[in-house]
Amino acid sequence: MWELVRANKRKSLMLFILMGIVLLSLGYFIGLYVKPPEGGTAGLLIALAIWGILSLISFFQGNKIILAISHAKEVTPDIHPRLFNVVEEMKIAAGLPKMPKVYIINEEAPNAFATGYRPDNAAIAVTSGLLARLNRDELQGVVAHETAHIFNRDVQFMTVAGIMLGSIVLISQLFLRSMLYSGGRYRSDSKGGQGQIILLAIALIFAILAPIAAQLLYFAISRKREYLADATAVRFTRYPEGLASALEKISVNTSELKSANKVTAGMYIVNPLKREGMRLSDLSSTHPPISERIRILRSIAGGAGYLEYQKAFQQVTGKAQHIIPSSGLKEEENAALRDKPLETKTQATAKENKRILGDLMMTVSSFTFLNCSCGLKIKVPPEFTKKQVQCPRCGNFLPLVK
Amino acid sequence: MTTTLIILAIVILLIFIFIGMYNSLVRLRNAVKNAWSQIDVQLKRRHDLIPNLIETVKGYMVHERELLEAITKYRASAMEAQGVGNISRAEGALSGALGRLNIAMENYPDLKANQNFLALQEELSSTENKIAFSRQNYNDQVMMFNNKIEMFPSNIIAGMFNFKQAEFFEIEDKAEREVPKVSFK
Repeated sequence: MWELVRANKRKSLMLFILMGIVLLSLGYFIGLYVKPPEGGTAGLLIALAIWGILSLISFFQGNKIILAISHAKEVTPDIHPRLFNVVEEMKIAAGLPKMPKVYIINEEAPNAFATGYRPDNAAIAVTSGLLARLNRDELQGVVAHETAHIFNRDVQFMTVAGIMLGSIVLISQLFLRSMLYSGGRYRSDSKGGQGQIILLAIALIFAILAPIAAQLLYFAISRKREYLADATAVRFTRYPEGLASALEKISVNTSELKSANKVTAGMYIVNPLKREGMRLSDLSSTHPPISERIRILRSIAGGAGYLEYQKAFQQVTGKAQHIIPSSGLKEEENAALRDKPLETKTQATAKENKRILGDLMMTVSSFTFLNCSCGLKIKVPPEFTKKQVQCPRCGNFLPLVK
Repeated sequence: MTTTLIILAIVILLIFIFIGMYNSLVRLRNAVKNAWSQIDVQLKRRHDLIPNLIETVKGYMVHERELLEAITKYRASAMEAQGVGNISRAEGALSGALGRLNIAMENYPDLKANQNFLALQEELSSTENKIAFSRQNYNDQVMMFNNKIEMFPSNIIAGMFNFKQAEFFEIEDKAEREVPKVSFK
């Protein structure tokens, strides 16, 4: 397993170098076009500066920003003991140095994500819709998938790659827009000539192609990492059916996650945004098709090792592609699968679950609960400042102590 | 002069390699120790939960007295066990008995209405999971450490400084665990 993390690090380093070259040459050629010949260096430095600033922001604040725009609330163990237990189980299975922080997002759409630069500084967020729908084994599968992202350093990798992609897109957009509005004004204040036109062509081609190439690269890697996280999750739980049936339940859902956007979409366990045309978007999707992931998980037969996942992947997709770096397969010792679910207990009904979760979210958002003598439970929002509340059923006044 | 320098460089290089190998052995041994202490925490937690569990289910599961007594006995011997081999045997027996209890609970629908019991069951099944996962992690670490001790060239250093192979935490055969046959004396 650790060999795999190392192989991942090597691979991502190569990708970063590649994207870095694209980023710097983009800056260089634009600079060169704007003010030849000394502008090249300036353009390069500006590109570097943009990247540096974005990286610094994400390094120090990225976690907080992402959790804030997703409306995730940190919770304590007493609010949802089961979620905490499951996260701790996966922390143990992965041998993480520290317990990830646990967040709940109050949304109906079932989904989850992980963030954090380092394994000792990670967080896992799940939506309340997910908690309401999944049983223990399924929840464990989802949390295992997220823990796998932390363990495989995917979060770190996707953030760094995402920042590079963002810088490339930003710079190209700036250049293309300025070209559009200035109508190629820069050309007139230089001596002109063939060299200038060639430079313009190179700068334009770079500005148009670089973001597309970088995006496709980013998406391809993102999809691959999803498969890898599934494989690692199976390795952690030894129970592929948990994750498979969780994905199945999640895929039935049709509501869109309101707090997700294009930037954060890649982080979730399944794509939180609604898909338009299927086929065409396959290349530009951050996630592999869910049905395929489920089929792969269900065809794992021989054990919980990476090699078994690789076999199942090839069998289902018919592609000879290697999802797992071969260095990860070599050292691999297979492990037996767990054959039966841990929980035989029947689940509470969907309605009960919703009520429980509704109360839970209110506790999270610091609502006050009052029990009226007539048997009504009054839930008071934190914005309410008066000293007493009137019970809507019996009309009694209840003192409000916060 | 040049030859002396070359020889000196080689010696220094060897010393560095030597130090590196020694350090990685120490690191792995500490990882094994750390993984073991994680198992230990969870085993203690299980031992703490059992009396509580028995107290809760005793009133309901009147027909399972023998099983409950067996669990108490296994718990006592698991708490006394010393050394990885003995502990894993004793804990294995305890796991088996708890597994049977879990199956037997299915016959007592009243239990499931008891909130106290449900919370306890979540704690217990989570602890069982944590034991299984920390065992998984421990065994992975032990395998890495043992490989390093056996493999050339680190085996030389392991031999010199007396690094001993660590013991796996095994749980007895699954089939044996699930068949409910125990002889109560």
